[in-house]
Amino acid sequence: MTLQAITANRLGDGLSVFLAEDGSWSTDFAQSRVVEDGEAASLEDAGEAAVAANHIVGPYLIDVEAVEGGYRATKYRERIRIDGPSRETRPGDHKHGDHKPGANRAA
Amino acid sequence: MYQYDEFDHAHVRQRTEQFRGQVARRLSGELSEDEFRPLRLMNGVYLQLHAYMLRVAIPYGTLSAVQMRKLAHIARVYDKGYGHFTTRQNIQYNWPKLEELPDILGELAEVEMHAIQTSGNCIRNVTADQYAGAAADEIEDPRIWAEIIRQWSSLHPEFSFLPRKFKIAITGSPTDRAAVKVHDIGLRMHLNAAGDPGFEVLVGGGLGRTPMIAKTCRAWVSKHDLLAYLEAILRVYNLHGRRDNKYKARIKILVHELGIDEFRREVDEEFEHLRDGALVLPVEEVARIEKHFAPHPFETLPVKSDVLLSYRSVNFDFARWYAVNTFPHKADGYRIVNISLKPEGGVPGDATADQMDAIADIADRYSFSEICVAHEQNLVLAHVKQDDLFTLWQKLVELELATPNIRQITDIISCPGLDFCTLANARSIPVAQRISQRFSDLKRQWNVGDITLNISGCINACGHHHVGNIGILGVDRKGEEYYQITLGGRADENAQVGKIIGPAFPYDDVVDAIETVVETYLDARTEGETFLETYDRVGQEPFKEKLYATA
Ligand code: SF4
Repeated sequence: MTLQAITANRLGDGLSVFLAEDGSWSTDFAQSRVVEDGEAASLEDAGEAAVAANHIVGPYLIDVEAVEGGYRATKYRERIRIDGPSRETRPGDHKHGDHKPGANRAA
Repeated sequence: MYQYDEFDHAHVRQRTEQFRGQVARRLSGELSEDEFRPLRLMNGVYLQLHAYMLRVAIPYGTLSAVQMRKLAHIARVYDKGYGHFTTRQNIQYNWPKLEELPDILGELAEVEMHAIQTSGNCIRNVTADQYAGAAADEIEDPRIWAEIIRQWSSLHPEFSFLPRKFKIAITGSPTDRAAVKVHDIGLRMHLNAAGDPGFEVLVGGGLGRTPMIAKTCRAWVSKHDLLAYLEAILRVYNLHGRRDNKYKARIKILVHELGIDEFRREVDEEFEHLRDGALVLPVEEVARIEKHFAPHPFETLPVKSDVLLSYRSVNFDFARWYAVNTFPHKADGYRIVNISLKPEGGVPGDATADQMDAIADIADRYSFSEICVAHEQNLVLAHVKQDDLFTLWQKLVELELATPNIRQITDIISCPGLDFCTLANARSIPVAQRISQRFSDLKRQWNVGDITLNISGCINACGHHHVGNIGILGVDRKGEEYYQITLGGRADENAQVGKIIGPAFPYDDVVDAIETVVETYLDARTEGETFLETYDRVGQEPFKEKLYATA
């Protein structure tokens, strides 16, 4: 059984978003609606509707897996999409402030 | 520096307003993404892994202090406080909002900047030697011709839809610092037998999936003939370039398939038609552009500065920085300063808004308000008085911009890789950061000496991995990040593509592998040999043995 969620970029600001349980598109993966792959069509329908409503761009499904306390993306590419750039900021760096470690879904 | 004329101003303003309308129509849904994509790309706007990305053109890498401050302002107000300087001598912003992009382009237009020709199948922003106008070994400032080429190629109706993107690089020195041999067209200025300056025109170089070193199309083309000759090349390419297959569409494939002799024959034929025609620039026009690049009013100074000598003898850190990060200038008493954007553990090519502002101030005070972006992702203050070097160095130290590592192992070229790029197979930046940390001991770096290490996150090779003395290419092996190592590449006048040393290494092992390569070199080298010289002498075997002995 594969679990899936759906992601896209928000049209106006381009940020990566995920379809949330409440039907909104959230930058917070932890809010994601996760379904079994047999039901992925419902996610895709929501994606298409949001594209038509000029809310998002380029929706696509991502595989996720259950981990302690929630889910995480199966592919490292999507994990980086969720967490933000993985590069380290160095001491004394003028903080890039775009890394969101541990943004994967909590319970 | 070049200053916009009325045409340039009107054009950039018009494009900005046009884009404002296009964005509004996209946001309202009047334009679909499919319709909008080509329009945004024509204005340098990409959609990346996390957000939109804006690539701003910095023609031939030269910036004024005023422009640098504007780049800082944009980073601060519209982005997350930093920008990324690229191997194309451009700057990229990773987090601009589509809604704000028209305003950003408007701000850029105020300082004669834009994002045109940073994307699409057109003649891209021309790149040049970062020491242009300053290098002691330079014949003439190549930016005069880079600017002339920019004007010729901007909006050239015939060349707006080429089979593929087209990149031109130019150097005014016999030493090639602009990697001209890995560009679609490379121009290298030299003197002919009569002592007249002209260009060797190289064609068909490129990296990516099929790396190739450019071949000489014509050994010497006069300045008078240059545009006609370039146009002849573009015409042959436009006619025969493979539009059916994206992977075969670059001019390098055409040159390879036709053979350089047949390609040259066709270019010559075309050139005969074009020669002495409309493409010969009036002398006054060349003179007008030359004036923009007239040498700065350098003071008459002694060759050697006593102030400099005394600081070098008392301050070891300064002396090392001087030896590693500065370069001879054509004017007596001056020196070219490289600002390293490769601090220990830093992101290659990144600069914060505060750093950009500070660099602009320093340029105003010490280097005729001019800054140049190097394709190695560093910045250059090209005209600093030797007397001022110590003070300038102290300021750079405060700004964390004085890492004495130019052309050392931590002066890494790295593309954004999977941390930002949708096309990536693997991350580049964290690999660069870990290598930089592993070799953080400066004495160790200096002991290793002259070496280049380049990293790309996929075969598109934005990080020039093929032509790094050590190259690292990120590949995907069954959903895991792996890194292929190549050795022996170089991007100078003797450019050469590196050879793959063996099976790829996983993310966790790649830094160890690089260290093994370096240790193998140190063991094998004879007195005074650089990495490349040792590699050329001993070949791949010793490196292979060490890397895969235990595997
Ligand atoms: S080399 Fe590949 S991963 Fe790196 S920036 Fe270019 S396209 Fe992206």
